[in-house]
Amino acid sequence: MGTIQPKIEGQASDESTLVHAAKAGDISAFEELVRRYDRNVFRIAQHITQNREDAEDVVQDAFLKAYQNLANFQEQSKFYTWLVRIAVNEALMRLRRRRPERMVSLDEDIKTEEDSMPREVADWSPNPEQLYGQGELKEILSKTIQGLPPSFRTVFVLRDVEGLSTEETADALDLSIPAVKSRLLRARLQLRERLSKYFKNRVGGDGKQ
Amino acid sequence: MTCSEFLKELTDYLDDSMDAQTKAELEDHLQWCHNCYVICNTTKMTIEIYRDSSLYELPDDLRGRLRSAILTKCKGHKEHTDPQ
Repeated sequence: MGTIQPKIEGQASDESTLVHAAKAGDISAFEELVRRYDRNVFRIAQHITQNREDAEDVVQDAFLKAYQNLANFQEQSKFYTWLVRIAVNEALMRLRRRRPERMVSLDEDIKTEEDSMPREVADWSPNPEQLYGQGELKEILSKTIQGLPPSFRTVFVLRDVEGLSTEETADALDLSIPAVKSRLLRARLQLRERLSKYFKNRVGGDGKQ
Repeated sequence: MTCSEFLKELTDYLDDSMDAQTKAELEDHLQWCHNCYVICNTTKMTIEIYRDSSLYELPDDLRGRLRSAILTKCKGHKEHTDPQ
């Protein structure tokens, strides 16, 4: 069985040139960095906050904070990883404001391993894309990921949607590598379990109908 | 290898970040354990479907507005902090 290959989105070798120019006051260099990463930041923000207005605010505030603090950016990590760290913090802050009754923390490690034990073992066939239209599929995916704890969906979106490495994800979230791996496994298994309700083989095979 | 042991290694297997011997043991397990094969296959599909879904794409008009708001704020900050 094939493995998942990371999605590489034109990681620019000239990123540090742009960062140096922006640090020296060249605002058009910073504009290029915004152009390069605004889609990613918006996607991450909306995955975490699950709210469009909040995601818009996160994009603005994360880039502004990055700009204001460029002088403090030591370039020990990539600019993008540093920006993601800022964006995740902004997004979690907004999530806490909306859900003050629940503690929202990246440190939360949910109860036992039970929540991730696979129960559904029917294969998916035909492909989900053949079963549902684009709009319906997006709705299913959005609804499903909303059900994950914020700490799980944050790791999942950084690793699996945005294609950051385990090390970059750990760096951006200030987590250990084993913590990232553990959350990622559980996020993947929980999503798989929930999606199986929609995508499992309906007739014959291992399907239950 | 048991199914629980297989599950623990699933993430590293899907990310292809493991030594050749462990990988061979996992693939041997997949040969005969149908449940683990299905779990592995559908987990891989889960990742791919989210990666390819274009969920939460930033529409062009909103993108333009956000970028312009960001740059206005950055310029304001620059003017405020630049030495006269």
